[in-house]
Amino acid sequence: MNPQEPLIFELSVRDRRALEFPACDAQSPEVEQLIPEKFLRKKLPQLPEVSEFDVVRHFTRLSQLNFSADTNFYPLGSCTMKYNPKINEKTSSLAGFTDAHPYQDESHLQGSMELLWNLEKMLCELTGMDAFSLHPAAGAQGELTGLLVAKKYFKTLGENRTKVLVPDSAHGTNPASANIAGYSIKSVPSNKRGRIDIDALKNVLDETTALVMVTCPNTLGLFEDQILEISKLAHEAGALLYMDGANFNALVGLAEPAKLGFDILHLNLHKTFSVPHGGGGPGAGPVGVIQKLSKFLPTPRILKEKDKFKIMLESESTIGQVRAFFGNTGALVRAYTYILSLGHDGLKDVSENAILNANYLLSQLKDLFPPFVPETCMHESVLSGSRYAKDGIKTLDIVKRLLDYGFYAPTIYFPLIVPEAMMIEPTETESKKSMDDFVSALKTIAQEMKDNPQTLKEAPFTTPVRRLDEVLAARNPILKWKQ
Amino acid sequence: MKFTANTEQEKKEMLSSIGVAGVEELFKNIPSNALFSPKKEGILKKGISEMEVLAHLKNLSSKNLTVADHTGFLGAGSYFHFISAVVPALISRGEFLTAYTPYQPEASQGTLQATFEFQTMIADLYGMNIANASLYDGASALAEAALLALRETGRKKILVSRTTHPEYRLTLQTYCNDFEIVEIPYSKDGTVALEKLNENLNEDVACVIIQNPNFFGLIEDGQTIGELAQKKNALFIVSANPISLGILEPPGEYGADIAIGEGQPLGISLNYGGPYLGLFSCKEKHLRKVPGRIVGITKDLEDKRGFVLTLQTREQHIRREKATSNICTNEALMALAATIHLSLLGPKGLKELAALNLKKAHLLSEEIKKIPDFKLSFSSPFFNEFVIQSKHKPEIIQEHCLKNKIVSGLNLSKFYPELENAMLWCVTEMNSKDQILQLVSLLKGL
Repeated sequence: MNPQEPLIFELSVRDRRALEFPACDAQSPEVEQLIPEKFLRKKLPQLPEVSEFDVVRHFTRLSQLNFSADTNFYPLGSCTMKYNPKINEKTSSLAGFTDAHPYQDESHLQGSMELLWNLEKMLCELTGMDAFSLHPAAGAQGELTGLLVAKKYFKTLGENRTKVLVPDSAHGTNPASANIAGYSIKSVPSNKRGRIDIDALKNVLDETTALVMVTCPNTLGLFEDQILEISKLAHEAGALLYMDGANFNALVGLAEPAKLGFDILHLNLHKTFSVPHGGGGPGAGPVGVIQKLSKFLPTPRILKEKDKFKIMLESESTIGQVRAFFGNTGALVRAYTYILSLGHDGLKDVSENAILNANYLLSQLKDLFPPFVPETCMHESVLSGSRYAKDGIKTLDIVKRLLDYGFYAPTIYFPLIVPEAMMIEPTETESKKSMDDFVSALKTIAQEMKDNPQTLKEAPFTTPVRRLDEVLAARNPILKWKQ
Repeated sequence: MKFTANTEQEKKEMLSSIGVAGVEELFKNIPSNALFSPKKEGILKKGISEMEVLAHLKNLSSKNLTVADHTGFLGAGSYFHFISAVVPALISRGEFLTAYTPYQPEASQGTLQATFEFQTMIADLYGMNIANASLYDGASALAEAALLALRETGRKKILVSRTTHPEYRLTLQTYCNDFEIVEIPYSKDGTVALEKLNENLNEDVACVIIQNPNFFGLIEDGQTIGELAQKKNALFIVSANPISLGILEPPGEYGADIAIGEGQPLGISLNYGGPYLGLFSCKEKHLRKVPGRIVGITKDLEDKRGFVLTLQTREQHIRREKATSNICTNEALMALAATIHLSLLGPKGLKELAALNLKKAHLLSEEIKKIPDFKLSFSSPFFNEFVIQSKHKPEIIQEHCLKNKIVSGLNLSKFYPELENAMLWCVTEMNSKDQILQLVSLLKGL
C-alpha cells in the first residue's frame, strides 16, 4: 500500500529552488527605496523550498491517494459524478479564452461573449425560462441570487413578503441561502410518499410567503408529482415558485421546468453539464427566470445589438453583483462545449439513461436495502440501511467497506428524513457492468455483516489511511502545519 | 456525441430487471405538457462530432484578442502573471479534476492533504492563525468577512473604503443589503481619509474594510486604520493581493482580524473573470464562525496521520439556516493550483516576483511622469499599479495603444468619475523593459 506522503513543508530544504524569473531588465531603485520600511515584510512566509521535481512528484503522489470519477465508480448522490469529456478541457484551455482579461474592451472579446450569449439561450430553451444569468459561481450562490431577485421583485410591488418555505428534504443550502437573503424560513414536512405534504403546505402558505423552494426531482430521487397543484397554490397566494436544479440531470432534454410552473431556478453546471468537480469546485450556478423577473437579474449582462455583443455593467432594477466580473467563464466554456457536443438528442439520451441506470441499480438493491419510498425513481434512489442498524452495523460502516472494493461511497445520512440513508446516483455514463460490480460488492458486504461484522466496523483496510477519527479532529483542531 | 454506455441489448435487460416495458414508464408522472421538444428555429441542434466541436470553439476563441498576443497593462483585480507548465499539468490529473468534496476522507487524502497545505500557506502569507479551504473569489470572500463581523459583533453598520475594488463593494452591497454600508472617501494622497474614518467610527460599526494595496495600487497605513477600528471594537478586515505580500507587511502583522484576497494571481489564468479563488484567513478566536470548508489533521485506527473536513457543524448541510454561510461547492481545484504555484515559488521566489512587479511598475511610472501633460494622480507609495491622469481622454489612449497591439490600463471614468481622464496602469513580470518603453513612446506621440 501507499506509504505516507510527507507534507510539502516536510520536504523543504533550505535554499532549494524551483521557479526562477529573468533578472530585472529595468534600471530601478531597490525595494527599500521604493517602499517605506514600516510597510515592508519583516519575515518571509513559511513556504516550502523545493525543486520542481519535488513539486511534481509530491502532487502526483497526492493525486494517487484520491478516488475520482476517472478512476472509480463514484455514485455520490445529488452530485452527478458523470464522465467529464476531455474535449471540454481542451476547449476551455484555448488561449483565446484563458488569456482574456475581464476589463478588456468588449470589442476584443466578441468570441467569449458570443459563446456566453449562446449558452444563455441554450439554457433558456432547455428549461423554458425567458432569461438566464451566468454570473453565480456555484449552486448555493445561484440560490442566493434567485432569492434576492424575488426579494427585489416583491419590494418593487410594495409587498412585504418575508418568509420562504423549504421542504424538510431540501439541501441545506436552501435554508442557508434564504437566511443570508434576509428571509425567515419555514420547513414543510414530507408525506409518506416522500413528497411535499400539501395540507402542511397550505397551512403555512400565506400573504407573507415570498417563495416556495422545491427541488425537482426531489432529494429522494422522486418526481414531485403534485407540482402543478403546488404551483397553483403558491401562485394563488401570490408567492413565487423556486426550483433547486441540482437534480436537473433527470430532466435535461426531457422536461421544461417553466412548464411545471417554476418562476426561478438555478442549475449546477458542474453536475448536469459535465464541468469537472475539481475536488470541490469550481462550479457554476446560473439562474433562469420568467420574463417579469428578468430585469432583476444580476449584472453584468450580455446584450446583443445587431451582430455585436455588448456588456451591460449596471441597470436600475438589478439586484447587483454577487461576485466580481462576469462569471466562472472557464466552467461556462466547458458546459457550452458539452451542450454543443450532445445536442438536444444527446441530452435526452442523458436523462433517459440516468433514469434507467438509477432504476436498474434500485431493482438490484431493493431487497438488501429497501428504498424509503417503494416505487421507481428518477436519476437517483434513496435506500435505507436501518434494518442493519439494529445489529450495530451503520450505513457508515457499509460504505467504508465499499471503499475496500474500489467504489466511492454514495451520499449518506441525507436527506435527513431518511434513517441510515444511502443516496445512490450512478449517472448515465456508467455501464451496466460497473453497476453489476457495485451490486455484487454490496451483496458481499451483506454477507460479511452476517459472517464477520467486525470487518465492517474496522473498514476500510486498503485505502491510504484506515478509518479516520473525525471527532478528534474537531475536538483538537490542527488546521495548519507548524514546524 | 454521446457519452452513454448502454447498448440496446443491455437496455432491454435492464428494463426487464426493473419490470417495465420502456424507459418512458419510469417518468410517466411528469405532466405530458411539460415535456421538452426541440424547437425548429431554436439554438439547440442535434449533437455533433468532437472534430466539429473543436473547430467551432477554436473559431470562437480566435475572435478574442488577448493580453497574451498583445501587450497588456491591465490589472484592477485580475492579473496577467507567469504560470509554470507544472500547474496545468498537475491540476488536470483526473484524480484531482474529477473527484468532489472529500466527504469520504479515507478515499480523498490527496485533495485533503493539498488543502491542508493550502490553508497553511495562505494563513502564513497573510500573517493569520487560520485559513479556510477557499471561497468563490475575492469579492464574495470580502462579503463573507463582513457577514462574519456582523454575526460576531451583533452590530449593523459596515465601513468600507472607497479605495476598495468597486466590484467588491457592489458585491458587499448585495450580500449585506439589509445593513447600513458607509463608504469612507480617500484623501488627496489616494489612501483612506483617516479623519473621515474616525468621524464615522462608533459603537454601531461591526467592521472597517480596506483594500491594501488599494484599488489605485497604493499602500494604506494599515497600522493606524487597525488601531482606530480596534478602539471601537470593530473588526478590521483587509483585502490584499497575495503577490504583494512577498514584500509588504502581511495584514495579520498590522492588526487585521480577517484577511481576504483574490487568489487568481497565484497560478490561475485570467479566464475572462473566472473561475478565480477566494482566500479567507482570520484570527483563531473567530474559528467557529468561519464560512466554508476547513481541513484538519487527525489519526486513523492505526495512529497514522490523516486529514479530514472538520468543524462541519458550522456548515449548511448540518446547521441549515443557522450555518455560518451557504457555501457548499467552493474553488478546490483553483486552491490546488495556488498551492502548487506557491510551492514552485517558495519564499525567495515570491519575494523576487513581488520585487520584479514593484520595480517594473516604477520604471513605467517614472517614464510616464516625464511626459508633458501626464501626471501621477497620487503621491503615496504603490505596488504594481498606479493612476495616471492626462489631458487625453482614456478612450483616445486606448485606441491609440490598441493600434499598436497594446492593451492599455483601465479607464476609471465609470468607477471614479471624480478623477478626470484617469487610468489605472498595471505592470507585472510579464512586461519587458522594451514593452514598457514602447508604451511610453506611444504616449509621448499622442
